[in-house]
Amino acid sequence: MTYTSTVLADESTGDARQQILILYLANSSLSSEVVGWSFFDGASRDDAHTGDSPDAPFATGVDALRAGWLLLSASPLLPPPLGAEYSTSVQKFEFIFQRLIPIEVQATGEVSR
Amino acid sequence: VSTETVVPGTDHGAISAQPDRAPLLTTVQMAEFVSRGFLRFDALIPESLNNVAAKELADPSNRLGRRYPHASRLDTLFGEYPGIRGVLDAPAVQGILGSLVGPSPIYDHHAVHKRAPGAGSQHLHGDAIIDLRAGFDIQLMYYPEEVSPAAGGTLLVPGSHLRRINERDIGRYQNLAGQVALACPAGTVVIVHHGIWHCGRRNGTDRDRYMFKLRLGARGPQHRLWDTSDLADPGARQQVQQLLSESQPWYEHGTARLEQLQRAALWRHLTGDQTFQVEFWLGRLENQAQPRLNDLLP
Repeated sequence: MTYTSTVLADESTGDARQQILILYLANSSLSSEVVGWSFFDGASRDDAHTGDSPDAPFATGVDALRAGWLLLSASPLLPPPLGAEYSTSVQKFEFIFQRLIPIEVQATGEVSR
Repeated sequence: VSTETVVPGTDHGAISAQPDRAPLLTTVQMAEFVSRGFLRFDALIPESLNNVAAKELADPSNRLGRRYPHASRLDTLFGEYPGIRGVLDAPAVQGILGSLVGPSPIYDHHAVHKRAPGAGSQHLHGDAIIDLRAGFDIQLMYYPEEVSPAAGGTLLVPGSHLRRINERDIGRYQNLAGQVALACPAGTVVIVHHGIWHCGRRNGTDRDRYMFKLRLGARGPQHRLWDTSDLADPGARQQVQQLLSESQPWYEHGTARLEQLQRAALWRHLTGDQTFQVEFWLGRLENQAQPRLNDLLP
């Protein structure tokens, strides 16, 4: 899988599929360090496997923007519930990006990039 | 197979009666467990025993995967399987288990995990459900054969064990900085806290990969069960501080401090030392703790 291509689909020229990159950052700023990452590829038949990509695709969230990834959502900043101020749970700073990949839909139904 | 069932909740009895037979964990090893949520012992089990156990795990005709009644006495189980029984009886294993959950732990369940060639990864998860106890269960993971980097060994997320999550809710997380993709020699034993985030990885080899998992609970308070003779040693105390204040590369900046706070509280629980501090997080909150400002609001 390639995270760093800057090619974006021109939707007027054909069909496209979504690639989703999720970055977990060290704080709520997009310029903070990437501490976790996931990748879901609608333009490929290959599934990503947990633990198989030990190297972070970008150093920060802003680096993903500079590489052409479009930000879809960011975790809201919520105060901790009363009584649970000191407990820890899921990653707090999740940023979901997308990239559109042009594809050709062949008569057989096969999808190719 | 005898599956004598006992009622959990009785005390450990005399823990220190067995140190000659079962070398207990050190204080520094306990601090590592509290900080990272797992302990790893490479090639702990000898080859002769590994060979027997590997055949037991791979034999489709036996019933090793069948579970025993919950809360059975561990020493009454696995008698039909001399390989697995031998692993559990190994003095080193006895010492590790005794240090964490006492000499007569509660059998919870066990499983034979097989990842066939080409099998994909599991989603990241914690076992069981949300568990708010300070006391902890452990899971023993035993690898009778070498696990190469491509063989899909267990993925562990260091320092994830105190985070409040429910099973596979975290399945969206594929990679976290500092994750440990276990590759290990034959005979390796890994002990994890019940809350550790983990999963089986994709097996990219042409061989089955086996792991034996056993979950155990404590039958009594987990108070100073390990070899505490070094608890006051200055060198050990320094290492305990280093371990319990250790951050993990996947932690958020602020959450890392909350992890230190929780580890300090857990260390107090295990040692009984209510003055123990890490970075004085607990101390600040305990100074003039009442009333809380929120309580003064209408």
